[in-house]
Amino acid sequence: MKNKRAMYLLLPGLLFLAAFMLVPITLTIASTFVQDGKLTLEGYLHFFRDGYFNRILLTTLRVSVVTTLVCMLLGYPAAYYISRASARKKSLLLALSIFPLLTSPVVRSFSWMIILGKKGLINSFLVNTGLIEKPLDILYTPTAMMIGLVHLFLPLIIITLLGVMENLDHELVRAARSLGASPFAAFRKITFPLTVPGLIIGGILVFVGSLTAYTTPALLGGKERVVSTFLYQNAMTLNDWQAASVIAVIMIVITFVVVGLMNVWANRLNPKG
Amino acid sequence: MKEGNRALSLYTLLVFIFLLGPLIIISVTSFEPGTVLKFPPEGFSLKWYKNIFEVSAFMETFKTSIVISLLGNLLALLLGVPAAYALSRYRFRGRDTLNAIFLSPVLIPGIVLGFTLLRYLIVVYGLPIVAGLLIGHTVIMLPFIIRVIASSLENFDFAVEEAAQSLGASRLYTFFKVVLPNIRSGILAAILIAFLESFNNVDISVFMTGPGISTLPIQMLTYVQNYFDPTIAAISVILMVLTAALMFVIERLMGFAYFTKR
Repeated sequence: MKNKRAMYLLLPGLLFLAAFMLVPITLTIASTFVQDGKLTLEGYLHFFRDGYFNRILLTTLRVSVVTTLVCMLLGYPAAYYISRASARKKSLLLALSIFPLLTSPVVRSFSWMIILGKKGLINSFLVNTGLIEKPLDILYTPTAMMIGLVHLFLPLIIITLLGVMENLDHELVRAARSLGASPFAAFRKITFPLTVPGLIIGGILVFVGSLTAYTTPALLGGKERVVSTFLYQNAMTLNDWQAASVIAVIMIVITFVVVGLMNVWANRLNPKG
Repeated sequence: MKEGNRALSLYTLLVFIFLLGPLIIISVTSFEPGTVLKFPPEGFSLKWYKNIFEVSAFMETFKTSIVISLLGNLLALLLGVPAAYALSRYRFRGRDTLNAIFLSPVLIPGIVLGFTLLRYLIVVYGLPIVAGLLIGHTVIMLPFIIRVIASSLENFDFAVEEAAQSLGASRLYTFFKVVLPNIRSGILAAILIAFLESFNNVDISVFMTGPGISTLPIQMLTYVQNYFDPTIAAISVILMVLTAALMFVIERLMGFAYFTKR
């Protein structure tokens, strides 16, 4: 009886998602295995035999890995500092982290075009001070993408880590200190291990986000392609929907594998979490 | 310890300069009087702000963005509120799975979702582009609506609802007179968060443009790829002011606790 009532309430949403998410995605996946009415893996083989695509995939993975590591390196100490700050400072810094998160990715990527461009902030500074003669090519390179992506995802990892650090039992740290542990030892033996699952979850969010981001690579990458901009190019510029579908499936598979593996890992580290 | 603290606070300061510096720079350059973006600007002028209102594409796509986000929001509420209520109120088999299904649109890469919607909604089902845009935005708003409303239902004591019903109030009456008023601020916050998510969306919208139809972020993206004048900086400032205002309201409604929860 109760089940039935719940079902009626859930049904409209489920039907909507089935029609407008599940069916289109399933059909897209199915379409990649069929060519000229025959079942085939040709769509995929064609891609992985193609050096150009492999290079794009490699660039994407490299950019995502570096972005994730830099975000962890910048985000963890900042989140730790915020979690230990006074209430006033904490709420201010939390607000300053959430603000960029809610700001349009177009705005945020565009701000880096002003900074990294040929006549941008960095280049005019370096040329004016005479440190270099010709402006550096930073914009439209994988480096520019990484900078933009770190900027895009840093707030996400900070507030994720902050959530974990807020839930940390500070009595444990205090106990360790009273037993003679130095502040650093207490951090290394208690705080850090207990917040590692948060670092992993934040890392997954950044990694998957970087892997699939479109706006930032489209604006800062120039001719340099990543899988998402390559999908767009195939679909909208080249009108090769078969190729776009194959890329879409590859992106879904990578996302699910990464999220799945990392979840298993995070659960093993923190079975209660 | 003290020294460690100082190093850490300096590090955090640098992190926040990296995070907010670019947004400050973009704001300052929007007042540049010349035609090329410069930092620091060579004077002070509001002409690029005026330009926003003179380029009709910006005003039109702004309107489209607002309408799509509001209508999509309404649709997502109609679908999401009953679902969030059922998921919080009832215990049944498969509840976790259903919960995961409702949150799954955030797991599918946006660009993939956008492409499959174009390929099937527009081309195979034959829907008009505007409908595709609306549906796509509803799909991505749904998880936000459900998550925020479910978390405000967590703090609601369903015993109150049962009490009202045992006194003879109907199910629907209790929902509107007892449950809804109690989670009002959660619903408003859900609406605002979903609105920002939809309003800023590029990944779905970039596939759903056609003759005379586009959204503001897509128009901005196209403009930046062709021109490099301070117009986009001026729009950015307006959008940031809007974002800050909405953020202030969200904070008033439910605090920032939602953001630190995963």
